[in-house]
Amino acid sequence: MLRRLHSEQPDSFAFTPANQAWAEAQITKYPEGRQASAVIPLLWRAQEQEGWVTKPAIEHIADMLGMAYIRVLEVTSFYFMFQMQPTGSVANIQICGTTSCMICGAEDLVAVCKEKIAGKPHTLSADGKFTWEEVECLGACTNAPMAQIGKDYYEDLTVESFTKLLDDLAAGRVVAPGPQNGRYAAEPKSGLTTLIDFDSGKTQYNASVQLAMDIKDGVKRIQGDEVPLLTPWVGKDGVVAGRAAADAPPKAPEAPKPAAKQAEEVAKAAPRKSDAAEPASPEGAAEKPAADGQSEEGQPEILKEARGGLADDLKLLKGVGPKLEQTLNELGFFHFDQIADWTEAEAAWVDARLKFKGRIERDGWIEQAKRLQVGDETEFAKRAKEEHIYDDKED
Amino acid sequence: MLKDQDRIFTNLYGMHERTLAGAKARGHWDGTAGIIEKGRDWIIQTMKDSGLRGRGGAGFPTGLKWSFMPKESDGRPAYLVINADESEPGTCKDREIMRHDPHTLIEGALIASFAMNAHTCYIYLRGEYIREREALQAAIDEAYDKGLLGKNAAGSDWDFDVFLHHGAGAYICGEETALIESLEGKKGMPRMKPPFPAGAGLYGCPTTVNNVESIAVVPTILRRGADWFAGFGRQNNAGTKLFAISGHVNNPCVVEEAMSIGFEELIEKHCGGIRGGWDNLLAVIPGGSSVPCVRGENMRDAIMDFDYLRGELGSGLGTAAVIVMDKQTDIIKAIWRLSKFYKHESCGQCTPCREGTGWMMRVMDRLMRGEAELEEIDMLWDVTKQVEGHTICALGDAAAWPIQGLIKNFREEIEDRIKAQKTGRLGAMAAE
Repeated sequence: MLRRLHSEQPDSFAFTPANQAWAEAQITKYPEGRQASAVIPLLWRAQEQEGWVTKPAIEHIADMLGMAYIRVLEVTSFYFMFQMQPTGSVANIQICGTTSCMICGAEDLVAVCKEKIAGKPHTLSADGKFTWEEVECLGACTNAPMAQIGKDYYEDLTVESFTKLLDDLAAGRVVAPGPQNGRYAAEPKSGLTTLIDFDSGKTQYNASVQLAMDIKDGVKRIQGDEVPLLTPWVGKDGVVAGRAAADAPPKAPEAPKPAAKQAEEVAKAAPRKSDAAEPASPEGAAEKPAADGQSEEGQPEILKEARGGLADDLKLLKGVGPKLEQTLNELGFFHFDQIADWTEAEAAWVDARLKFKGRIERDGWIEQAKRLQVGDETEFAKRAKEEHIYDDKED
Repeated sequence: MLKDQDRIFTNLYGMHERTLAGAKARGHWDGTAGIIEKGRDWIIQTMKDSGLRGRGGAGFPTGLKWSFMPKESDGRPAYLVINADESEPGTCKDREIMRHDPHTLIEGALIASFAMNAHTCYIYLRGEYIREREALQAAIDEAYDKGLLGKNAAGSDWDFDVFLHHGAGAYICGEETALIESLEGKKGMPRMKPPFPAGAGLYGCPTTVNNVESIAVVPTILRRGADWFAGFGRQNNAGTKLFAISGHVNNPCVVEEAMSIGFEELIEKHCGGIRGGWDNLLAVIPGGSSVPCVRGENMRDAIMDFDYLRGELGSGLGTAAVIVMDKQTDIIKAIWRLSKFYKHESCGQCTPCREGTGWMMRVMDRLMRGEAELEEIDMLWDVTKQVEGHTICALGDAAAWPIQGLIKNFREEIEDRIKAQKTGRLGAMAAE
């Protein structure tokens, strides 16, 4: 099957704040410099959020992990779980078609899909709710035939139960996943032949179904706030225990960035708040609340817009040009007094977002802002005003 | 039959308490620090003595594999990677461990990692097992919470982390070097060996890749002793084993049994017999899709272990995923479906496999419909021989063997179908 980028792509992609926090937490699983390891989990979360993997998502994740776009694209096209075209708004139905399921009736389930959804796989149904495909062995062979819908396995299906299942899904009804013929898990249907001595009475559902019924996110688009974000591997001291004990693995060679991306980086100057430049900080990941409503530690006070609509001319600070001024405005800084009030931690927060490491300190922004705030002139500000040094560059 | 007291996976079906407290009540996490205190050499020697052979399909002795890891670190960390990319058609045993008895695996990971000087373990889970991932992660979180993982794990003085990683639907990532590539964030294309992972694996560091079941049985073996484990099964095929029986039996199931159990006993005791009775048994694939199929009449008296299935029947135990087919099955179609599977899953790196799997599938497709010449059966046999052994990894072999098994065991059926199609065509022509 030819797997390539879909002809129609959305303009942009961003993780929801909770998914972004989740993604950053995943990166802490891997040693420093090996964040590329997180590419599959991140792409998967992007798909869970959007329904399929879009080109902007590929680029966003490549930027997050410091990978070349082509490397992320080739990972996307290599692994078949990544949908490279839009899927049904309710669900993409995946029928296991490999031998064990086939000899137990998977072909009949495919026939149902062809009749009720679309004649061909990867094609939207008339109402846009479903797509379907036949996939290779899903690893539930003793519960054949079966299908994966969203996060869940629906097992021991028949044509009747599968047809009803599709109708229920279309109507928005929640159907308990797992075996559909009264079985509990993978035990013999006629009753236990082993572990009888240990029988302690059943809980209602097996582990998979229980999770599905508890979280109720089977076919939902994942926002990241369904379950609390946990990173227990980051200890209370902010250190990953096993990593501290072991020696560091050899560093990965740094992937050269494409020229276009380097240029873009200069132009882009600073990321949005969600793009925190130090995603791998384990402490932040551990303590950051899953919902991103509150401000992060070290974040200075920011404004949505300039007070009274009149921003100070931040270009009067030595070291701040039109581009940086724009960036500072985007971050929420418009006035000298804001900058003058930065603490060391807050300056570091801003610094991390400017991609000009150490600039704030080197040029003494805070000192300058303190003087400009009370109406004092600095030598640079005076010169800037007199010589109109920025006027001809602005456009 | 194996007694319940001798089963390792006592919550295989998840009917009992699935939390850490439940696992402890069933005897897991009992004296883990004490086991670790006995030292690396004792653990590896006990594993060797137990006779445990890897449960991922190849059956390589687990203790021996561990002993390949460097004794002293040369400055690089060591890694344990647990292969939970269970994708071999017919196989669904590790799923039950991970969702219902996860603490066997987590405790095993700690002990095994200690034995190979690793502070970090990655579990590479197949992407489709989403609920299983959630269940296993919940168990890992709970273990961290109770101090069984992390700094001074389980009071053993050993700092240890378990990270759950997942793939995204590539069968080839069950091959150990492809799995390592995938874990590094690349396409899952197998590496050339040597260097073997024990020398240079994940991130270029010494790595051992073990199957879920191989690791999950470790704590119980060490607690109950090598002799206990070696007491099950025939010589060189020791232990208990999870069997996953699917297809045309009355009650398909996953069940833990002693190695070297008879096929008939396995089916009768746990699966309620063959659908339509033993006379209706056509063929069995005894070890997952990669091993050749066996004719039903040869299978009834078979002993389910590595050596019997390979030596006597020319097949293999593989992952002990038993696919049973009765006489209503189109066996050529069943094997064609496996050819389709391998064509779909070939990573495309080696030409014999990339081109050969597609080629074999297309010929199988024509054999299935009978639209072929008799000579093509031998030609297909030749092609399988040219794919087998000429690729970096074993996927080429795995694609070739089912077809070889079909030709060896069911040549008559293939020929009959071709002849029937021919006479049908001739008859139609004569009538015109």
